[in-house]
Amino acid sequence: MTSSEPMTSSEPMNSPAPIQSPIGTETSPVTAPPHQAQPTLGEIFIAFAKISLSGFGGVLAWSRRMMVEERQWLTPDEFNETYALCSFLPGGNVLNFSVVVGSRFRGPLGSLVAFAGLMGPPVLLVLIIGAIYAHYGDLPALRRMLGGVAAAAAGLMLATVAKMARPLFHNRAVVGPVVALVTFAAIGLLHWPLPAVLLVIIPLSIALAWLRPPSGAA
Amino acid sequence: MKDDLGTTLLTLAGYFALLSLFAIGGGNSAVPEMHRFAVDVQHWLTEREFGDTFALAQLTPGPNLIIVTLIGYHVAGLPGALVTTAAMCGPTAVFAFFAARASDHFRESAWYAILSRGLVPVTLGLTAASAAVVATSSGYNWIALAITLGTAMTAFFVRVHPLLAFAVAALLGLGGLV
Repeated sequence: MTSSEPMTSSEPMNSPAPIQSPIGTETSPVTAPPHQAQPTLGEIFIAFAKISLSGFGGVLAWSRRMMVEERQWLTPDEFNETYALCSFLPGGNVLNFSVVVGSRFRGPLGSLVAFAGLMGPPVLLVLIIGAIYAHYGDLPALRRMLGGVAAAAAGLMLATVAKMARPLFHNRAVVGPVVALVTFAAIGLLHWPLPAVLLVIIPLSIALAWLRPPSGAA
Repeated sequence: MKDDLGTTLLTLAGYFALLSLFAIGGGNSAVPEMHRFAVDVQHWLTEREFGDTFALAQLTPGPNLIIVTLIGYHVAGLPGALVTTAAMCGPTAVFAFFAARASDHFRESAWYAILSRGLVPVTLGLTAASAAVVATSSGYNWIALAITLGTAMTAFFVRVHPLLAFAVAALLGLGGLV
């Protein structure tokens, strides 16, 4: 790796050296962030395994901490941009995130390794848990505890919805809340099939968003 | 029996591969649809088992969609778990790989704002629906409802570690209250 700047190698290893990285010469459309070196496949695997195993009830906060703060593989802006893209793609957000970040550093192999790091450990764990449940799932004590956990998990999801819904009600907007309520009723109360509901509601909602810009937008 | 297993695995693979394409806004948004198919249509799990499966998935670290691994395991053992996981993750991972290469500076485009305003309300509705389906799947009574609402209120106003909430709720449940 060569630097265009006449920088001496006396620079401490851990300082975020402002090198104009000449690395991103591959077909990757997004250039690699300016840091010391591209992470190796092993480093990518370990980073995503750590993210996965730290993340209870959602992995977003941990992936940001690891990528931006701890490893500094992404700048805060790069993280936001990447994550925004991944939340619009179908499938698990963090899963998509691992594929995109892995690919940015090491191409297809990087994607594969990041994905394996993210999914491998929890799949192993959940298989053990599943086997235990298959044997002891009928114990009344366990059932009662799991009933409590399910109830609390439903509560956590409601809190997330409430937090995310606040901006929806700004400027006396009507469309957003109505779309959310209709989706909720169709899936949560009427138990209609998801594909059918989404194939109607998503084009409708995007069309409404396109036709009617936010009223209070400056 | 072999034929049965093969058919079941094919059903799992086809269904979850299709479902993954409709899972927007994270793994939890597809929970009601999994419930509809696994409990109401296929009768793979009882209501109670589905509620338990969801709780176990929440207790496992990692992405929320790990619940599909548990459902697959419940339906067809280890092969079921692997097939289901691959079906749920594979197609969308390939899609994400190519989409990332195609979309340069996606956030700056005008489409980002429109897509965002269009999709966020749908995602919210789906997550609320998940909460409703999970809540009603575990033999609901007024104390479970109190746990749900109490957790929701607490988590709305203060930062709560999910494991702490789960531990308190599990103890309340163990106490014979749920």
